[in-house]
Amino acid sequence: MDFTFTDDQLTFREAVSRFLMTEAAPEALREIWETDAGRSPALRKNLAEQGLTALSVPEDCGGLGMDDIAWSLMTQELGYYAIPDSLADTAYVAAGLISALPAEHPQRAEWLERIAEGSIRIAVGHPVNPLVADANPADLLLLAHGDEVHALARNQVEVEPNPSIDLSRRVAGVSWTPGAETCIASGEQGKALQARALNLGALSVAGQLLGLTQRMLDLSVDYVAQRKQFGKPIGSFQAVKHHLADVATKIEFAKPVLYRAAYAVAHNEAGADLQVSHAKLVCGEAALLGARKGIQVHGAMGYTWEVDLQMFMKRAWALDASWGDAAFHKARIADVILADGAKLGPGHTFED
Amino acid sequence: MDLAYTPRQKAFRAEVRAWLADNLPREPLESYDTREGFEQHRAWERKLFDARLSMVIWPEHLGGRGCDLIEWLIFEEEYYGAGAPMRVNQNGQLLLGPTLLEFGTEEQKQRFLPRMAASDDMWAQGWSEPNAGSDMAAITSKAILSADGSHYVLNGQKTWSTRAIYADWLFGLFRSDPASSRHHGLSYMAVPLDAEGITIRPIQALNGKQAFAEVFFDDVKVPVENRIGDEGQGWHVAMATAGFERGLLLRSPARFQYTARRLVELYNSRREIADRDPSIRDAVLEAWAGTEAYALSAYHTVGRLNKGAKIGAEASTNKIYWSELDLKMHETAMRILSAYGELTADAPQAVDAGRWLEGFLFAQAGPIYAGTNEIQRNIIAERMLGLPK
Repeated sequence: MDFTFTDDQLTFREAVSRFLMTEAAPEALREIWETDAGRSPALRKNLAEQGLTALSVPEDCGGLGMDDIAWSLMTQELGYYAIPDSLADTAYVAAGLISALPAEHPQRAEWLERIAEGSIRIAVGHPVNPLVADANPADLLLLAHGDEVHALARNQVEVEPNPSIDLSRRVAGVSWTPGAETCIASGEQGKALQARALNLGALSVAGQLLGLTQRMLDLSVDYVAQRKQFGKPIGSFQAVKHHLADVATKIEFAKPVLYRAAYAVAHNEAGADLQVSHAKLVCGEAALLGARKGIQVHGAMGYTWEVDLQMFMKRAWALDASWGDAAFHKARIADVILADGAKLGPGHTFED
Repeated sequence: MDLAYTPRQKAFRAEVRAWLADNLPREPLESYDTREGFEQHRAWERKLFDARLSMVIWPEHLGGRGCDLIEWLIFEEEYYGAGAPMRVNQNGQLLLGPTLLEFGTEEQKQRFLPRMAASDDMWAQGWSEPNAGSDMAAITSKAILSADGSHYVLNGQKTWSTRAIYADWLFGLFRSDPASSRHHGLSYMAVPLDAEGITIRPIQALNGKQAFAEVFFDDVKVPVENRIGDEGQGWHVAMATAGFERGLLLRSPARFQYTARRLVELYNSRREIADRDPSIRDAVLEAWAGTEAYALSAYHTVGRLNKGAKIGAEASTNKIYWSELDLKMHETAMRILSAYGELTADAPQAVDAGRWLEGFLFAQAGPIYAGTNEIQRNIIAERMLGLPK
């Protein structure tokens, strides 16, 4: 029993953080926000050169074979820097789905190799999300139809972009016609793939929400330490301190839930759905609190376009409802916890 | 990361489970806030001790079992999962015990710890004073060293000393340098409560029982061997204890997970009433989610401790988390119980013998004792986030 990360995993996280600190600085975010596509080929190229597109791809397909546990650190960094790129959708969620296809699937190896080298952008649709993130700039879309999963090239679908308050999110309605030639999984296999997409998507977003919370907290701490009123930093007032202490506490108790869920997914535990929903729920709560308290302690500055806090708040607000909103995940928890004979209480925390 | 228990850990769990199944009291014990209940709990503690299950993480030669922290978490899960009694000597065992292990002399460890593990000696705390509550550095009770250096003479008053009227010993902070102020010049003392010059006056608590007391010191002589840590270093020693208290040891996750399980059972058994208010279901789910998060955090912390990390100000997040969670769970139970919530243990129509009401009353104290949650939030803001004082 060892519920901690290895030194290698922690070192990797540090390296990613240092890289994103320069590549995805707030000024860069603002620049990319202004563009029509909302995506920067140069940024994606740099991410690929760092090997970040290859993380999940199995080693025999040119990737690094990194698991969900390490990704739970990675997604926090992606959230912390609110990168204006849907890297995790391609490199984590889509890579995880395509890896799960049977080895003999004709395009499995090709897609995975392209993910690894960073030459493909994949959007993943799921019934839980009414719109598809990054449908417009995607090269390939993995979409659900009943129990089936279909793979379509961008030119096989009609896309209707829907502007989001988070200019880094490019969501769209997608119209398309399922055909036998686009179907890559059906029946039990299709259902399993959709279930996997949901857990990977929710886990990815949970990690990002937690990273966003930490960023909003850090920005708030910096702000209240330098902003003076009544002759002293407003961070010396208890009312302000207590707002931020609450956010710190939320983060502290959301982290291990995220890690537990990542482990459950990595090990295909029977209870993975429950753990993932728990993680998505608490990380979403943390992010909403981080945004709420963040804007409060920033005062009127928090309500401006100029101060960076807005970019992180908007991402948090948007992601909270993606890959299952709070009501969806509460219902998944209730199905297990309130059922007759549910295994609850002391001693069941790590049961598969 | 490896979340499987080892064969040794599984065997330990099985052993504890089997022992509890054979030895748990058949009838619930009386409240340990009464004389009768206190002695019943002492007898139960003795039984635990004889099975070497009282203080599993202490070294064997001091009355423990030499378990690691993962085994301790397993023990707690089995203990509270079985519905076993609350630990009546927890102030000694969980607060003073770790302090003695860190700061005590070998002689003090031998003298105090085995008897504490066996509950031959029951310990009360002596921190708060009438004018030193949240501001603990305002302590004025004195311990002045005699001219020959053989003993201290204690004068002053302590208050909110839990179960002091039933206890055998008291530990706490006294001002050993009368010219000092604030956190300087304090010494950490162990005082036998039958010493001459001590008067203990019970305070009736919210539950109607004599759950805590005021303790008056009138020229009480205490041998110098009873000072724990160096003279004048009491604040430093006490802060270590306060850290343990806020941290894991005093409030392991298992007892809250047990409450959450009972709450789910209560909700499922009274859904027709509870579901009239849809927010009750959410609160029940939060009880599960919150207690699991607390357990996961404990395992994460223990894992980090095993790798050499230290618990710092994040211990304060623990205190806020468990106390507010416990309160919320009991409030939810009261909402589900509706008009039955107010019924006391002896009421013919009481649900679950009034246990929820009893827990609800005690949960009110959680955000207050062991450093109020306001103080904890200050500590988090100042020491974890680095905000200015």
